[in-house]
Amino acid sequence: MTSISLADRIDAVPEHFVSDRLARRKLRNIKERIIELVLFLAASVSVATTIGIVLILLKESFVFFQQVSLWDFLTDSQWTPLFSDAHYGIMPLLSGTLVSSTVALLVAIPLGTIIAIYLSEFAPFAVREIAKPFLELLGGIPTIVYGYFALLFVTPLLQMIFPELPGFNLLSAGLVMGIMIIPYVSSVSEDAMRAVPMALREGSYAMGATRFQTAIRVVTPAAFSGIAAAYILGISRAVGETMILAVAAGMQPNLTWNPLEPAATITAYIVQVALGDLPHGSIGYQTIFAAGLTLALMTLFFNVLGHILRKRFRQVY
Amino acid sequence: MVGTPIPEIASVAAAATSPVPAKKSESKRLSFYYGSFNALKNISMPIYEKKVTALIGPSGCGKSTYLRCFNRMHDLYPGNRYEGQIMLYPDNTNLLNPDVDPIEVRMRISMVFQKPNPFPKSIYENVAYGLRVRGERKRALLDDKVEEALRGAALWEEVKDRLNDLAFNLSGGQQQRLCIARALATNPEFLLFDEPTSALDPIATANIEQLLADLKEKVTILIVTHNMQQAARVSDYTAYMYLGELIEFNETDTIFIKPGHKQTEDYITGRFG
Repeated sequence: MTSISLADRIDAVPEHFVSDRLARRKLRNIKERIIELVLFLAASVSVATTIGIVLILLKESFVFFQQVSLWDFLTDSQWTPLFSDAHYGIMPLLSGTLVSSTVALLVAIPLGTIIAIYLSEFAPFAVREIAKPFLELLGGIPTIVYGYFALLFVTPLLQMIFPELPGFNLLSAGLVMGIMIIPYVSSVSEDAMRAVPMALREGSYAMGATRFQTAIRVVTPAAFSGIAAAYILGISRAVGETMILAVAAGMQPNLTWNPLEPAATITAYIVQVALGDLPHGSIGYQTIFAAGLTLALMTLFFNVLGHILRKRFRQVY
Repeated sequence: MVGTPIPEIASVAAAATSPVPAKKSESKRLSFYYGSFNALKNISMPIYEKKVTALIGPSGCGKSTYLRCFNRMHDLYPGNRYEGQIMLYPDNTNLLNPDVDPIEVRMRISMVFQKPNPFPKSIYENVAYGLRVRGERKRALLDDKVEEALRGAALWEEVKDRLNDLAFNLSGGQQQRLCIARALATNPEFLLFDEPTSALDPIATANIEQLLADLKEKVTILIVTHNMQQAARVSDYTAYMYLGELIEFNETDTIFIKPGHKQTEDYITGRFG
């Protein structure tokens, strides 16, 4: 018996043979299209917003840099855009941001990591269930409250140790900002540690390791990519924090690396100008976009760094 | 419980051909509970020195649970409870005694897991881990022990030029041999294997089986396996478990050729399980 090839048989079927039950459902296809479009539009909101912000920052900064050279912006040691003798050096603001962030991270990274290790590896179930919501509450307190806490409680406390500490200073604001960032660091780190498979911990215990040895020598390195991401998140948060610094660190641009002095940060300056009554389009008004662009670039840098660290140290289990 | 006589299972083995070797360990009326679930029921069985004892049985029969009693792995989770005794010889000590430190137990009774679980460290540091957690810092001694353990696990020739590479870069079979080397580095007297080849391909499996045969010259081995051919190939003694009970324990040849229980025979011949 000679066999007929499949192609021959399909060709042999006349077109009208497609029964009603198998015909394409036009209405269904249109519905699917509409749903897809709605989902796409929802997703594009975030992308469009980001692009919009970057475009405006770039455009306004471009206007600014037509009047002030980039070299002056980066090297001038004074930031006095509102004075008659105007200087546009970003360094005083940058130093304020870096010093306050460093103080904050010196608090948040060690404490956040220790808390994460405790909650993930040591805490009994009941303790974890109580401690975690409290910790997360720390991140829910409005930053303006932290700001007054720094100004009216922590600064007087610090003045007992450093009697000549001014009322506005980077140290107090930085310390409180560190406390605010702890939950960001600890909760992401803890999630990363909890995600380390039990098999690795068992392997360590089976070698006669203690709980502490297991936590430090096995779990922490295994969760490193997640912990690094937590640190980067904390850094971004510190660099971008505004209210605490505006309230407690003073608004005076001051090129200093000493946390005991008052200083303005990039964010505090932006608040100051944005709330003031500078005429739209004046050079003074334009400065906040240049400052904002600097801030955005810093945050972008840390985010990219975090991304690279995550990829570089990602463990596949 | 103390007063009740222990069923003398050794006499069963004595009835067989070869002379009875010394016991390395022995569970006496061992029961185990996960919370209220009774996972092991009254298991009494010897583990002979420098022999391979295989635990076989269908999934959920408690063979892994039994194995993990020997290095007190169950202590890691709350709600677990042991009853009865696991004697370790020549110490003549009950491993389940509350005064016995599980960390000390694990230093003498090492374990290799079902899935290779190397640490996120270099090959060298993986093998040195057990010595490091014991506080060993002397580089020369660590070097010697790492090499000895890797040779013992038949991995030295493959990795000697890249000891500082991450362990994750090894193949699955190599990772498992690395885990065996890690377990050997501290000179344990007793090794527990929990289905060590279930995640490996046939060639890697054959390598590990060969390794088991070499290792039993020096150490006592207790191995859980899903694979009955493997039990027949590598073990000297076999225990068949079912629903948390020990159905039969005997020399492997006897179990596979002339099992004493109908149920064992059904399982071995594949009619059940």
